[in-house]
This record gives sequence, structure tokens and C-alpha cells, in this order.
Amino acid sequence: MTADLAALAYLVAAVCFILALKGLSAPGSSRRGNLVGMIGMVIAVAVTIADPSVMSYWWIAGGLVVGGAIGTAIAFNIRMTAMPQLVAAFHSLVGLAAVLVAAAALYSPEAYGIVGADGTIRLASRIEMILGMAIGAITFSGSVVAFAKLQGLVSGAPMVFRGQHFLNLLIGAVMAAAGVWFAANGNADAFWIVAALAFLIGVTLIVPIGGADMPVVVSMLNSYSGWAAAGIGFTLENELLIITGALVGSSGAILSYIMCKGMNRSFVNVILGGFGGSGPVDTAAGQRKVNQGSADDAAFILQNARKAIIVPGYGMAVAQAQHALRDMADKLKDNGVEVAYAIHPVAGRMPGHMNVLLAEANIPYDEVFELEEINSQFSTADVAFVIGANDVCNPLAKTDPSCPIAGMPVLNAENAAAVMVVKRSLSPGYAGIDNPLFYRNNTMMLFADARKMVEDIVKRL
Amino acid sequence: MEAAVDPFFFRLTIFVLAIFVGYHVVWAVTPALHTPLMSVTNAISSVIIVGALIAAGPEGMDLSGILGFVAVTLAAINIFGGFAVTQRMLEMFRRKDGARGQDP
Repeated sequence: MTADLAALAYLVAAVCFILALKGLSAPGSSRRGNLVGMIGMVIAVAVTIADPSVMSYWWIAGGLVVGGAIGTAIAFNIRMTAMPQLVAAFHSLVGLAAVLVAAAALYSPEAYGIVGADGTIRLASRIEMILGMAIGAITFSGSVVAFAKLQGLVSGAPMVFRGQHFLNLLIGAVMAAAGVWFAANGNADAFWIVAALAFLIGVTLIVPIGGADMPVVVSMLNSYSGWAAAGIGFTLENELLIITGALVGSSGAILSYIMCKGMNRSFVNVILGGFGGSGPVDTAAGQRKVNQGSADDAAFILQNARKAIIVPGYGMAVAQAQHALRDMADKLKDNGVEVAYAIHPVAGRMPGHMNVLLAEANIPYDEVFELEEINSQFSTADVAFVIGANDVCNPLAKTDPSCPIAGMPVLNAENAAAVMVVKRSLSPGYAGIDNPLFYRNNTMMLFADARKMVEDIVKRL
Repeated sequence: MEAAVDPFFFRLTIFVLAIFVGYHVVWAVTPALHTPLMSVTNAISSVIIVGALIAAGPEGMDLSGILGFVAVTLAAINIFGGFAVTQRMLEMFRRKDGARGQDP
């Protein structure tokens, strides 16, 4: 295969990837988009293997078969609640692959045609290589930490210590100096010093960030994995890698932005970490009166409603209540109740996570609405059924400019004629503040495990 | 402009334009599919496998070959896992009438 033909095939692969993302603009076109993405990947791999310099087919086939088997097995067995940690783990692999490819290019530059006239790697290639490698290394170790936090291997609480930001600055400065050293003379020691420091800073950057801020972190690492791929693409002078890296990089950046906006926090504020620790909890909570209800009461009110809006939070997924919830919604629909679901942007543990969890429970996607689409409809709803959610429907965000979630867009559950909150206790949510929604006259608290409560309601419908 | 332009600048052009393409395509993605978006971008960013294949390519195994082989394996986990889990998620999205829907 000639180089021209290969370049053309890479272009086709890049267009396939763009179409794969474009397909996600609607559920109906998304599956075809994903298939087009797979075709693009097959083209990219086939063209590269057809390159005359690639000869050790057995090793490559071995890597593809082993990796493919592991990847496929994971993909078909992973629980949907575990998607955030799976994506984090996948990001770490992209990051590590970027480091390995950069190292391979360092030791065999002639294979990639990046050797200059003087017999060493060209200056531009050295700069691109060290940048791509460093971003890849940060992606790797950062994703490993994010994975450990999401999987519960380490505490999700932010780990903050004095001088943290100074330490990061110091590591960053030494890393930059070593990077310049490498760019100047291509020294392999400098390369590995940068790698070690980048692995280290990936850890120290992510440990102070709390578990519930992980949606932003996972999105950010998604972005980093793209920039790492683009950096390696520049090093290897491969346009397909550059285009794909740019696509993935901007995608992750946009998702980070959407998540930050969903919490009304700046990106810098999230990255500096420390949010969601043990803030002062309103001690008045215990003295205020709540209306407590039973499954009987809830079933009666729901049955007589015309329109019910369900507000699911991550607590629902933790309790594995989504299938029971679907049963409840089905029964209500049989009784002529209009049912809709209201999804807050940060309802799950990653962007769009709640939509997937509901889809898994066979809840139709045309009954599921985003915050902006549905927020005005609470005032016409007879019941708002809040399950496993707290901060995302805390009216304080609208009324108290001094609270930690001030200005965060929230679901106006309190506007419904009746509000039901399924929750284990009155404990505060992630933001560590009390929720006045619980004490309203039109609110009924259903203290129980989410799944058990919903199952009890279903029995009484 | 007598001297030829360094090819780096062509690549930079491609890079910047691709960022704009990504920006517009990703904003058009429906928020309901943001998780599949992440898993599929994850799969396609594993196109870094092309660099790994070249490293693993030469006959006989030197250090670069071993690095390339490991990178091929890691990227393959991602490619297969990423596309498969995306497909699995997308299969779950159904409309009220039970159809998977072919929306405009």
C-alpha cells in the first residue's frame, strides 16, 4: 500500500469517527453511528498493519486477541452502576498506551521516520513527544486514582493537606525543567524523569477531589486522553491520531464544562479540590417537624394523581431501585397517571449516567427529561416523587446566596402539589447542608430503603 | 514565501480545525447519551494503537517492540471494550412503544 493511499484511508477513518459522534445526537441514529465508528477503527488498524514496515504479525495478532478478549468480556459483564469506574479504567489504558508509544518512538525513532539530518530525533518531534507522553502519564495515574475512588478502593473523601498546591506547583516546575532538558538533547533519563513526575502529579492532582466531583474529573481525564493522543499524533506525524485526539479532547472539555455548570462551580474550583468534606451541618434539623408517611399513604396519593414527576438520584441506583421504580410507573400509567422523569445534569456519577441506569430498567427515553425541559412542569404536577436525590432539588440553592450550592440549577420539586421524598434519614447530601424541602407542609417523607419502599408501594397500587 | 512551509503547520491546521469540528459535533449530542459519548470517545482515542502497531511491527523483539506489543494489547482492550459497552448501552434506549426508534 502506498503512503498516499494509506493517508486517504486514514482520512476515511477520521470521517467515520466524526460520524460516530454525530450519530449520538439522537438515540435512534446512535447505534448506526457506533457501527460506523467500529468500521473506522478497522480501517485504521488494517491500513497500519498493511504498512511494509509492519512484519511481526503474530505478536500483533496475539496482542489484539488477548486485549480484545479482555475488553469484550469486561464490556459484557460490567454493571451499569459501575460505568464511571470502567470509563476511568479505560482512560488509564489510553494514557499508558500513549506513554509506551512515546517510549517506543524514543528508542526506535527510525521506525517512525522522525530522525533528523544529524542522526538524532528532530527538535519538534522531541517537544511533541515529551508533551504527549506527559499528558498520557497524568491521564494514566489520575485515572487510576479516579477509578480507586469510584470503586471504593480508597475513601471518596477529599484528601487535603497543607502545602498541597505548593507541592503540585513544585512537581510541575521540576517536570517542566526536565521536559526542557529532554527537548534540548533527547536524553532518555530526562524522558523518564518527566514520566515519573507526571505519574506523581496525576496522583497528587486527583486525591484532593471528592468522590461526588468525580463526574468532572472523569470528563477531564477523557479530555486529557484525547490531548495525549493528539500529542503522540504530532510526534508520529499521523493526521488520524491528531484529528481523533482533537475530537476526544474537545468532547471531554465540553462534558467537564457541562458538569461544572450543573453544579454552578468553576472548573478551577473543582480541580483545586477539598469540596464536600465535613461541612457544618445545620443542627436545627433534628428539632424541625417533618410529615412522615407510609407506603399506603404514598400509594393512595400517587393513584389519585393526574401527573407525577419522578426525580431519581444516585441513591436510587445504589439501592438498585430502578426496576421497582419502573414497575411502579407502569402501574401508575395503567391507572391513567401521566409519568415523567426529571434528570439533573449531575444526578449520576458521570455525565448522562442516570439516563443509562433508567434505560437499563427499560424506562422509555421519551419519558425522561433534562432539567431545562421539565423544570417548568413541576407546578402542573400533582406529585413530585424524589428518590435517592437530595442536593439537586434543594431550594436553598435559589434562596440562600451563602450556601455551598448557591446558584446551582436545581429541580423545582417543591412546586408540585405534593412532594414525596424516599430517603433513609434526614441526613444531608453531598454538599453537607440541610434541605428545607423535607420540612415543607406539602412534603411527605418516606423513610426507608429506596427499593423496599417502592416495592411496598407497588404492592398497594 | 520562497521556502517550503514546515509540514508541522499543516498538522497544526488540521488539529485546530478538528477541535472546531469536535466542538460542534459534541454540542449536538443529546445529554441523555453523554455516557455512551464518553465510552465511544474512549474507544476511538485508542486509535493510538496505530503508533503501537508500528512499534511492534519490526521483525524480532527489541525494547521498542515489547513496548509496542504491550501498547497494542492495552489499546485493544479499550477498542473492543469501548465499542462493545457503548453498543450495549445504546441497545437499552427504547421509546414508549418499545421500538428503539429511528429519530430524525
